[in-house]
Amino acid sequence: MNSIPILPRDMRNTVLPGHAACHGCPIPMGLKVVGAVFGNKVILVVPACCTSVVLGMHPGTAFNGSVVHVAFASAAAVASGISAGLSRRGVRDVQVVAWAGDGGTADIGMASLSGAAERNDDFIYVMYDNEAYMNTGIQRSSATPTGAWTTTTPLGKKEPKKDVAKILIAHGVPYVATTSIAYPHDFYNKLKKAAGIRGFKFIYLHAPCPIGWRFDPSLTVKVAKLAVETGMIILYEYYDGKVRLSGPSRPLLDKSKRKPIVEYLKLQGRFREINEEELRSLESYVESSWEWIKKFMQ
Amino acid sequence: MVLKSLTGNYAVALAVKMARVDVVAAYPITPQTTIVEKLAEYIDRGELDAIMIRVESEHSALAAAYGSAIAGARAFTATSSHGLLYMYEWVNWVSRARVPLVMAVVTRTIGPPWNIWTDHSDYYEQRDTGWIQGFAMDAQEAFDMTLQAFKISEDPRVFLPVMVGLDAFILSHTSMPVEVPEQELVDEWLGVRTQGFIIDGGEALIHGALSSPEHTEEFIEDVGKAMGEAVEVIREVDYSFGRTFGRSYGGLVELYKCDDAKYHIVLMGAWAGDAMEAVDALREQGYSIGVVRVRYTRPFPGEELYKALGSSKGVIVVERGISFGSMGPLFLDLAGNMLKYSRKLPYMRNVIAGVGGVNITYRDFEYIAKETIDYIESGGEPSVMTWYHARWSK
Repeated sequence: MNSIPILPRDMRNTVLPGHAACHGCPIPMGLKVVGAVFGNKVILVVPACCTSVVLGMHPGTAFNGSVVHVAFASAAAVASGISAGLSRRGVRDVQVVAWAGDGGTADIGMASLSGAAERNDDFIYVMYDNEAYMNTGIQRSSATPTGAWTTTTPLGKKEPKKDVAKILIAHGVPYVATTSIAYPHDFYNKLKKAAGIRGFKFIYLHAPCPIGWRFDPSLTVKVAKLAVETGMIILYEYYDGKVRLSGPSRPLLDKSKRKPIVEYLKLQGRFREINEEELRSLESYVESSWEWIKKFMQ
Repeated sequence: MVLKSLTGNYAVALAVKMARVDVVAAYPITPQTTIVEKLAEYIDRGELDAIMIRVESEHSALAAAYGSAIAGARAFTATSSHGLLYMYEWVNWVSRARVPLVMAVVTRTIGPPWNIWTDHSDYYEQRDTGWIQGFAMDAQEAFDMTLQAFKISEDPRVFLPVMVGLDAFILSHTSMPVEVPEQELVDEWLGVRTQGFIIDGGEALIHGALSSPEHTEEFIEDVGKAMGEAVEVIREVDYSFGRTFGRSYGGLVELYKCDDAKYHIVLMGAWAGDAMEAVDALREQGYSIGVVRVRYTRPFPGEELYKALGSSKGVIVVERGISFGSMGPLFLDLAGNMLKYSRKLPYMRNVIAGVGGVNITYRDFEYIAKETIDYIESGGEPSVMTWYHARWSK
């Protein structure tokens, strides 16, 4: 990304006061950026996830745009349908955004996501990743990292995190990007860019959850930032067959510039009982992610 | 008007084309597949100006059809058996969302064991979902009912999705001459799509948000009310269809030789033709019997059926399905709904037959009817429910 734009002030007009998010929740932060890009010219397709609750209870709403709540596994399929319906009716100035959590994307929604990506249907899919099933009370998902406590991995998750962005790159879609709620300008630019591309666009949004990760609600942005600074989360774009590192992650190609990952882990109660073996597994996951990035930057 | 030789499935596909749908989202499954294939062909060859979403599963098929419908497009999907069960979550979602949409269900036995032949278990399992459910008898009716389904679904008094049932193979893959009307006439009769609301980003509109028990109860009660309204709408649509195209079916129920009949066979689907043939033969032998063919199971035509059967000497409900541990769903619905009109029910018998696609011929119907009538006439009490195993299918 070249320059840092000033986010339009009206971003506060899309996510309204009175939403039902927990203190320090990353979801309204992310949605405000969506609002900054599209205003109310957006249709969110939301499967079962925290956002189903965050947006508030009928007849109220905390989102000043259109929202279609849908069954868990179906965000991508419904977004495909809406996109087709709008196209038949000649509506061209409205952006369809599937807005789903990691459970609705990496697990139960994977088949419909893969189908829409393979068909190259025209909409933006945002996976906001809080790395577990938070709405049902912190159960592990395939996007939970190794060593993390959840209520269904009381001794820490054994398996590594599923990297959904890579899976989408393998689908050959025109645009894939990774973002973090700590870098709203980067997220803003990538949404803008995605909106200008026809076909299927996938944007990953790293979204730390204070309740589920066991950290103080005032630290959401700090934790998100450390995930990037330690190299745990790598911000990049993929298009035209190449990976391009984004601003905050660019210097971190040089391993010596990355902060030790324990700096990130120690703020979070979910990693309190992480053992040496799990820590090494996390480190090697980070290392192999960077090796993969290097290969695809060529 | 032209006469075309069409299978049940091709008749459905042609009706969908002539309804000028905007979006088809579907996934192949035997025996529904030829509907999807034909629609794909129409669209790819430019004969139908529509978008085909070639989804990766039935769950997504109905989800995508729903998405396009909620965005204002006329949408269609089709499935069978396991496909219908796989999309079950969405079957419920669409009706509760009050979004007009049409789906063809080519009925097929549920496994295991694997079986591709017709019974009505897949169709029966949808009876509590809030869909209007019709069932066609032949290819002509499959064509007509599909066109009527769009009109019923999009009526402001209804705004519910409509399912068109047709039997695997004996209807889906069997050809007969079908009267196909002029496109202009169809356009004029069907009109443009109407729906309760459209999500197109033009305004802040939230659909399906978390709701209180009280609000939710109101939404659900409204689905029931719309079902009640649909009874009259189905009659009206069938009547206006008849005035325009020269064919109507008597609304939710078709009566065959019932005027003076003392006994009645009640059933739905393609085998109604065999039952009618049996009735012809039985009448020659002196039996006073008619056929009551149920065309719609939701809304359930209690009033029509009570009128036809209230003073019957014996009602024989023959059906290709069973609610395990209870009886046939059509029989249960009939008995329950008759009670709305009279505490005193006629003698009723439930015969479960043709399950798993076992072939039932007119000779089987003759046997079933005779056995029941002879019992009653001789003062006997045959069992209320029985399984009948085909004697002449081989």
